[in-house]
Amino acid sequence: MEESQLERENAMSEHIGLRGKAWFQALTGQNEARKEDPSSVLTADAIIGDERALFLCVIPNRDSRFPCVRDGQVGLEEGYTLAHRIREALNADKDKPKSQKRPVIAIIDVKSQAYGRREETAGLFLAAAASSDAYASARMAGHPVISFVVGQAFSGGFLTHGYQANRILALDDAGVTIHAMHKEAAARITRRSVEDLERLGQQIPPMSYNVQDYAKLGLLYQLLHVESLLEPSRSEVDEAKNAIIAAIVDVRKGPADLSVRRKSPAAQKSRKAGIAARALMEHQWKNV
Amino acid sequence: MIEANVIPVFVNRGSFIELSGRERAQALFDKGTWRELVGPFDRVVSPWLPMQGVAPQFDDGCIVIKGKISGKPAVAISLEGAFQGGSIGEVSGAKMVAALDLATIDSRNGKPTAAILLLETGGVRLQEANLGLAAIAEVIASILELRQYAPVITVIAGTVGCFGGMALAAGVSSYVVMTREARLGLNGPEVIEQESGKDEFDASDRALIWSIHGGEQRVEMGLADDLVEDSLHGVGSAVQRFVRAGKPTQHRSEQVELYRRRIVALDASSQIDPLALREQWKSLNSKERTR
Repeated sequence: MEESQLERENAMSEHIGLRGKAWFQALTGQNEARKEDPSSVLTADAIIGDERALFLCVIPNRDSRFPCVRDGQVGLEEGYTLAHRIREALNADKDKPKSQKRPVIAIIDVKSQAYGRREETAGLFLAAAASSDAYASARMAGHPVISFVVGQAFSGGFLTHGYQANRILALDDAGVTIHAMHKEAAARITRRSVEDLERLGQQIPPMSYNVQDYAKLGLLYQLLHVESLLEPSRSEVDEAKNAIIAAIVDVRKGPADLSVRRKSPAAQKSRKAGIAARALMEHQWKNV
Repeated sequence: MIEANVIPVFVNRGSFIELSGRERAQALFDKGTWRELVGPFDRVVSPWLPMQGVAPQFDDGCIVIKGKISGKPAVAISLEGAFQGGSIGEVSGAKMVAALDLATIDSRNGKPTAAILLLETGGVRLQEANLGLAAIAEVIASILELRQYAPVITVIAGTVGCFGGMALAAGVSSYVVMTREARLGLNGPEVIEQESGKDEFDASDRALIWSIHGGEQRVEMGLADDLVEDSLHGVGSAVQRFVRAGKPTQHRSEQVELYRRRIVALDASSQIDPLALREQWKSLNSKERTR
């Protein structure tokens, strides 16, 4: 890797959560948690296009009473607060026709899930499941659910916050990473050096830490270019808004499930084996 | 026979844990009603493992069996913990998602089809990284679709346990059945020790591990539904009971307000004593309307 790119990535990793906050503020005009919520979970209703949408974002809270979430990880409070706010919107819109159910927009810059003993003891898996459930329930009820990745989207953090969306958008920048595990841990567990892991990523797209390689998997709806992740210009914010609005329109035209992730042209190439396994399962299922 | 009386009970009871992933799935069905789908003879393998010098397996570590349980249509999806730690890759994930989706289609068409997930897994297969994580997101989505019509029953028997992203799959299931030998959690002890240090979690402290992640603890806390003994009968009869019960009126992962209140009430100033929390939640469970 180029020295400058590595430096840039390191600088970016210190910005975890700041990018989420910056974009939340740019899109909603707000930058604080609701009074009853933990400071790490920003949620607000704001206008996008000509309708009201619910925006959600998890940010670092240096003073969290849970030490293992202080760098912006998703923990117990974060999971249940996200679930609570999404279900609130679900209930508020439950009698509205699908075309009027408010979009749910997740702004994502999460390092990971919380790696803590307190969290495991109190059942972090259920907090994560509850949030995932709430996002998916909103999607299934007809709310367009859009994820906007502006920084990191790692493993359990992403499963909890954003991976149930109808459409995923991401900024096209070296500081944006979507992955199952951060490099150092993945290298340790697979008994490889970080350099080997990076080399493998160039040959094997699902292993890559580069968001452009992630786009090749067919899971992403759109990549958006910006000059600055931390300080988006007004035209960049407008561009992002337009992209989100276009995604909302697209969602309302199609099914509420995640089939678009395997039907996209890129997925037809990169997920061939999985698609073939599914086709065979469909064929054999009928004959039993 | 006199000999039968001196053979210890555990010899005859037929351990479930000692069975392979395939045998576990087979053992749940009514005799003569089942068939494996996309099995090893179909040779649908991971394209990514050979590229990294890892031998693939002809079922990719995921066994799908369709048949009847207690006379009702059901599909079992079993992860083989002995292959790559039961990890989810592109193919094993796609098999799971496809089977769940087909059960949903049948259920919508008036043939409610329960799914039984036999989960022995550490989560994402790191050699397939992003396709594994994406598959888990899709597994969760497909469970949430199916459970509107038919029960999704997760069985964690041991000894791998259910960790990583697949713990969310357990979390959104209708019912969770565990043995004392099973463990359930988002992060395994080794991962926490590696990420947060030995002070946070000593992965060599077996008593600590079982007191937090163990089946008995999870069931007593109300985070899982049934603690069964490690036997064909123990697991099999619990599965039959939940298949017959059908879907619950409310799922655990929908009980957001209840759990949110409990987290607000947690004292996080020091590590939480697992036994004390278990007693506390147990008494709350009997007072509040938990399922």
